[in-house]
Amino acid sequence: MKVYLGGEAEVRILEDVVIKKRKPKRYRIKELDDELRFRRTRNEAKIISQSRRVGVPTPIVLDIKNDTIVMERIEGKPVKECMSEEVSREIGKYTAKLHRAGIIHGDITPMNLIKKGDRIFFVDFGLAFYDNKIEPMGVDVHVYFESLKASFENWERLRDAFIEGYLAAGGNMGVIERAREIEERGRYVERVSMG
Amino acid sequence: MIALGIEGTAWSLSVGVVDEKDVIALLNDPYIPKEGGIHPREASQHHSEKIAPLLSRLFETVDKNSIDLIAFSQGPGMGPCLRVIATAARLLALKLKRPLVGVNHCLAHVEVGRWKTGAKKPVALYVSGGNSQVIARRGERYRVFGETLDIGIGNALDKLARHMGLKHPGGPKIEKLAERGEKYYSLPYVVKGMDFSFSGMVTAAQKLYDSGISMENVAFSFQETAFAMLTEVTERALAYLDLDEVLLVGGVAANRRLQDMLKIMCQDRGAKFFVPPKELAGDNGAMIAYTGLLMYKHGYETPVEESYVKPDFRIEDVIVNWD
Ligand SMILES: Nc1ncnc2c1ncn2[C@@H]1O[C@H](COP(=O)(O)OP(=O)(O)OP(=O)(O)O)[C@@H](O)[C@H]1O
Ligand SMILES: Nc1ncnc2c1ncn2[C@@H]1O[C@H](COP(=O)(O)OP(=O)(O)OP(=O)(O)O)[C@@H](O)[C@H]1O
Ligand SMILES: [Mg+2]
Repeated sequence: MKVYLGGEAEVRILEDVVIKKRKPKRYRIKELDDELRFRRTRNEAKIISQSRRVGVPTPIVLDIKNDTIVMERIEGKPVKECMSEEVSREIGKYTAKLHRAGIIHGDITPMNLIKKGDRIFFVDFGLAFYDNKIEPMGVDVHVYFESLKASFENWERLRDAFIEGYLAAGGNMGVIERAREIEERGRYVERVSMG
Repeated sequence: MIALGIEGTAWSLSVGVVDEKDVIALLNDPYIPKEGGIHPREASQHHSEKIAPLLSRLFETVDKNSIDLIAFSQGPGMGPCLRVIATAARLLALKLKRPLVGVNHCLAHVEVGRWKTGAKKPVALYVSGGNSQVIARRGERYRVFGETLDIGIGNALDKLARHMGLKHPGGPKIEKLAERGEKYYSLPYVVKGMDFSFSGMVTAAQKLYDSGISMENVAFSFQETAFAMLTEVTERALAYLDLDEVLLVGGVAANRRLQDMLKIMCQDRGAKFFVPPKELAGDNGAMIAYTGLLMYKHGYETPVEESYVKPDFRIEDVIVNWD
């Protein structure tokens, strides 16, 4: 058994199931901590199932308790270890599918994507939510681009491949433009509020 | 070697002198707005009036001729303020016939923190008025892994404080009030991947206050929510990058509650927590001097004709060729 101490949860990877438990964080006061952990657990389970219904590969949810999800184990390779333009294009396609269904993943990074055969599974919907607006979709894509930049030398080509896949699957060009704007904005909006 | 550094990207005006081992001198003359927040024009006027006297005072304790190089904060920051200190640095470099080094302000926060705490390869949480970023070294550059999607945490605290009738800077006042807070009121907790946002929270907290909730409880709820967001994102960066050191820098690093949250998070993950002394965590001239020295030793020099200011200078833009 492998235990993965993620940023947010303890993830136990067993023979054929994965148990994701959001353990209490001592640094947060209890009210906030409980609210966040239970809300995120419920929310995650719901969106994992909803995403599969719209054609995005995700694990099957087997059980849910307060702070724990039991789900099918996806046996494959983390995308962090097998990234390619082809893979990034595929991620773009599935992201477009999510967005067309009004689902924002919230943390599309190579760590949360698993390649099994030629399908890319999306895991960790811990920060996912429903929204139909351009802005959160732009942020979603922006998060992915930033994670590419952080991890891969050829991030520009990977980004372009994602855009191809995203548009081919009916994603909105406005979202891609917004992701670019968000990147620009990050670069010193702060000062606006000081004037 | 001895370096002199000038900082003045926003409200702070500070000059410092360092050698390889320690800070030799550090003098400040900050601009404090009379009303409301920082006005770029007023701040730059303050800087241009005060920079010469500040340097004169510095040269009463430090021999001018012992200085080997002049470093200045080249950006990011407010254009008018940056221009004042760049001009002062150029004049000084020409007068003393010493090389000039333009320094990235954010890089200086991180490097002075590493220098003074001994952190080696940390995830840096840089929290100030204008900036809130999670930074880590990746090869030859520092990368920003997460940052605010709107305003910096310091500005958020200042804005909330102002709304409750408190004077600038509000951060320390909010900290004091929060110590006496007892009841937590839920506020929007906005983390998107590695990025986060504070402006919705400020509005919601202002509404809480308007609805009659005590300042203490508003301050408490605000700190608990905002700092938990910052701690969560820092923890994600540790997990993602597989690192085990956290370095807290920037003016907001002075906050004890934020320090405590990060400390607890680090304890629970077996990571180490570092924070530099307050006078070196916020904006200061010594961090610019030290980083200028480091850069100069690694081949950097900024010719006067290339010493233009960079209001949007990003930490990623600097190639880091030292350990
Ligand atoms: N169903 C699954 N099958 C196989 N592996 C999985 C599954 N779910 C999660 N994992 C693996 O466990 C890791 C951690 O899971 P997850 O991302 O859900 O936790 P987390 O605590 O939210 O992580 P973080 O907050 O750091 O992103 C994933 O990156 C993935 O590699
Ligand atoms: N104890 C504290 N708790 C919370 N915030 C604090 C505390 N002390 C100072 N601050 C905040 O720190 C900010 C000032 O930070 P700093 O000295 O880094 O200057 P800055 O001009 O905002 O920096 P930068 O140019 O790096 O963005 C102010 O917003 C102030 O309210
Ligand atoms: Mg994850």
